Amino acid sequence: MTGTGVLAEARTPTRGLRRTSGAGRPAWSAFVVVVAVLVATPVLAVVLDGIGSVGDTAPPRGIVAMVLTTLALMVGVAAGTLLVGGGLAWLVTAYRFPLRNVLVWLLVLPLAVPAYILGFVFLSVFDVSGPVQSALRAVLGPDVWVPEVRSLPAAVLVMSLSLYPYVYLLVRAALIEQSAGTYDAARTLGAGRGRTLRRVLLPLARPSLAAGLSLVMMETLTDFATVQYFNVQTVSVGVYLVWKGTFDFHAATQLAVLVLLFAVAVLTGERALRGRARYHQQGGRGQGLQPERLRGARGWAATALCIAALAAGFLIPVLQLLVWAVGEAGKSGVLTDPRFGEYLVSTLLVASVTAVACVVLSVAVGHAVRISGGRIAASAAQLTTFGYAVPGAVVGIGVLIAFAAVDTALERAGVPGGTGILVTGSVLGILYAYVIRFLAPAYQAVDASLAKIPPTVTFAALSLGAAPRRILARVHAPLARPGVAVALMLVMIDAVKELPIVLLLRPFGFTTASVWVYELARENFWEKASLPALVIVTAAILPVVVLVRQARRAETRGRAAT
Amino acid sequence: MHPRPLIAATAGLTVLTAALTGCGIIGGQSADLQIYSARHYDLEGAFGQFTDETGITVEFISGDDAELLERLKAEGADTPADIFLTVDAGNLWNAARQGELAELDSPVLEDAVPEDLRDAQGQWYGLAMRARTVTYNPDAVDPAEFDTTETYAGLADPKWKGRLCMRDATSAYTQSLVASLIDLHGREEALKIVQGWVANDVEIMGNDVLLLEAIDAGSCDVGINNHYYLARTLAENPDLNVDLFWASQEGAGTHVNISGAGVVEGSDNAEDAQRLIEWLATDGQNAFVDGNHEYPVNPAAAPEPLIAEFGEFKRMPLNAEAYGDLNAEAVDLLAEAGYK
Repeated sequence: MTGTGVLAEARTPTRGLRRTSGAGRPAWSAFVVVVAVLVATPVLAVVLDGIGSVGDTAPPRGIVAMVLTTLALMVGVAAGTLLVGGGLAWLVTAYRFPLRNVLVWLLVLPLAVPAYILGFVFLSVFDVSGPVQSALRAVLGPDVWVPEVRSLPAAVLVMSLSLYPYVYLLVRAALIEQSAGTYDAARTLGAGRGRTLRRVLLPLARPSLAAGLSLVMMETLTDFATVQYFNVQTVSVGVYLVWKGTFDFHAATQLAVLVLLFAVAVLTGERALRGRARYHQQGGRGQGLQPERLRGARGWAATALCIAALAAGFLIPVLQLLVWAVGEAGKSGVLTDPRFGEYLVSTLLVASVTAVACVVLSVAVGHAVRISGGRIAASAAQLTTFGYAVPGAVVGIGVLIAFAAVDTALERAGVPGGTGILVTGSVLGILYAYVIRFLAPAYQAVDASLAKIPPTVTFAALSLGAAPRRILARVHAPLARPGVAVALMLVMIDAVKELPIVLLLRPFGFTTASVWVYELARENFWEKASLPALVIVTAAILPVVVLVRQARRAETRGRAAT
Repeated sequence: MHPRPLIAATAGLTVLTAALTGCGIIGGQSADLQIYSARHYDLEGAFGQFTDETGITVEFISGDDAELLERLKAEGADTPADIFLTVDAGNLWNAARQGELAELDSPVLEDAVPEDLRDAQGQWYGLAMRARTVTYNPDAVDPAEFDTTETYAGLADPKWKGRLCMRDATSAYTQSLVASLIDLHGREEALKIVQGWVANDVEIMGNDVLLLEAIDAGSCDVGINNHYYLARTLAENPDLNVDLFWASQEGAGTHVNISGAGVVEGSDNAEDAQRLIEWLATDGQNAFVDGNHEYPVNPAAAPEPLIAEFGEFKRMPLNAEAYGDLNAEAVDLLAEAGYK
């Protein structure tokens, strides 16, 4: 195939290049393996612990129900985010309507509101003692029937509203990144606009859709705070229930292994959904997909749809938090807390270091996989993403176990006191655990971008004598830029919201906004928790703003180039 | 990304990490005593007062009990912690069982803390007490309806059908209450009680405050609550239409649980650590418990005025070993009964 268009190598999947010569490539393979080992060690420590104690304790009662509930929740949230995220991505890409240019970016904002905060606000509004039901009772009498609020469907709704931006972002990026030539070719061959969308553009967006959905499902899998509000007992809830209820960490790790199996299923499903197809975009200039203008009522209907999603996932919860925060300030007479700034800084500092580290590693790993070829690197790269499917507290304990082992080894080797400093809880430990946990979203986003580079490009660079390092700097990294921007943002937001790891590993005197929320929320001081919750939302909005500005510039540049 | 940005990113990363290290955030303690605490209520006040009186400085990190205990275990002898402060007798019992707490020999504590609220070997001491008892909406319930001997079990009676609200099965409060019922009545009888609650269509709530609001709103008639949530909500809203009933006063007494502390086995300042625990159990009792409306464990200290209004009550003797040992069974029983 030459010229513009798509290379769909369904029959002969190209896993990078077959190993030829060049001393650099085994080294790149080894690099991926080292990263994978570093990421997998703490997780593995926990898995071994779990497997080692199988048989000592009986599985908890109700395990089958937990597995089924987990399945139902994951499928439900996947469907929900597909509908909302995929639908909105298509809407803003294929059509023009009032306020579209602003809404395109605003629709990302629900990502800044952690699902557990959205869940709580949802309950405070819709639960028995909330304003909605109180009003209904006042109007229709005390026995009015209302749907069960603490239920699986409500949990699916709340989590879909909170997580849809993952799908939205990746699908939108995929639709935009597709070469104009592909679209033009289909149109030239006589396909209508709608048909081209359905038959060419959407299938080409499949890998990104799969990546987005797998992130959503893993996020759903490891959540334990939101689901508990809704009385939904997933396997992750089971991990905590067993751990805290029976005082048996080993029994809990067995369930954690079960969570991990779900993750393997998700990742396998993702690969199946991608199919063996590798879609690579080749250059080509042309008009590409021009959004169609929706006029009149249809245009405003589209606007209303976007605003509804934005309101449910962002505006209403933030407004409620603001109302609480102001009310609380009125009561105590203090508007700001002196700790506000300190916690914001430590939150952002840790989140940005994590984001940069994850992205640098992801680009390097993605590059290495393409340079070295071979299954080892590819499988090792897959391994680096498992941390996302392990509940945060389990990753944290894995890091503790690993650090303690290093400490013991050092002491044995004659270093007095070993690393002591590492074991006593440190920001370094937090960063390590964060990278383990959040390498997946970074790698998924970067890899989705890299996947569109035809191997022939890499091959051409190699055959022209470029060293792998040069290819990384001049070919792979620049071409992965859209993915890098998304990856930075996803990891930063995830890291800002993260709680169990920082709670477990933090040293004395180190507090983030999420810990602050936790300390208040745990004691049900929800009104007091609204201020720190707003700090989290603010901290999560910052990367969104940066990304939006960058993406806007890139799009303007792109338009100018064609 | 050209080579320079890539190098810049890596360099920036190194600098930031170095900055974090430089700030002393990577480990390093500055106070005389370090505390791992699973209790969060205004600790600063009590510890500040202790420092004023003794000159011993204190710092703490809060977290979840199970996680903090795993951290203690992983850190072993290198742990910076001197005191483990936690909620729920089962957690204290478990920490002692895992060998993480040192045995103290303290006449002061033996004198201040009632025998059932401390470990026989001196590994931990209760410092604050909460009661888990029945709360109700006085417009919907006549307190004479309650069984005065077996109040908790009495809620399984069909006359309460559709009127009950309780906490979820994942809550430690629910679990330790059920563990104490198993201890009191045996597993079979306890299972029947919980099945009775379920048969009464008990409404499950995610936290105690929501529960109180539901009773106040009239959507539940009766609930089981920790007394201090009622006190706290009353302090904010004196018109709250919820009353408290002391459970099982003619029987075994009202179910109580404690917050308590022990000196960590690997502590490098055990002497000061013991001094702090002794202070908390004596001069510091009110500073430690009043902010959260809890009862002092030391009979010499008076409860704060708001909870004093709830009146005196007979408490069920606390059997920490039963709470700890039977907790797993309670979890299993709740699942068997279909209690969510």
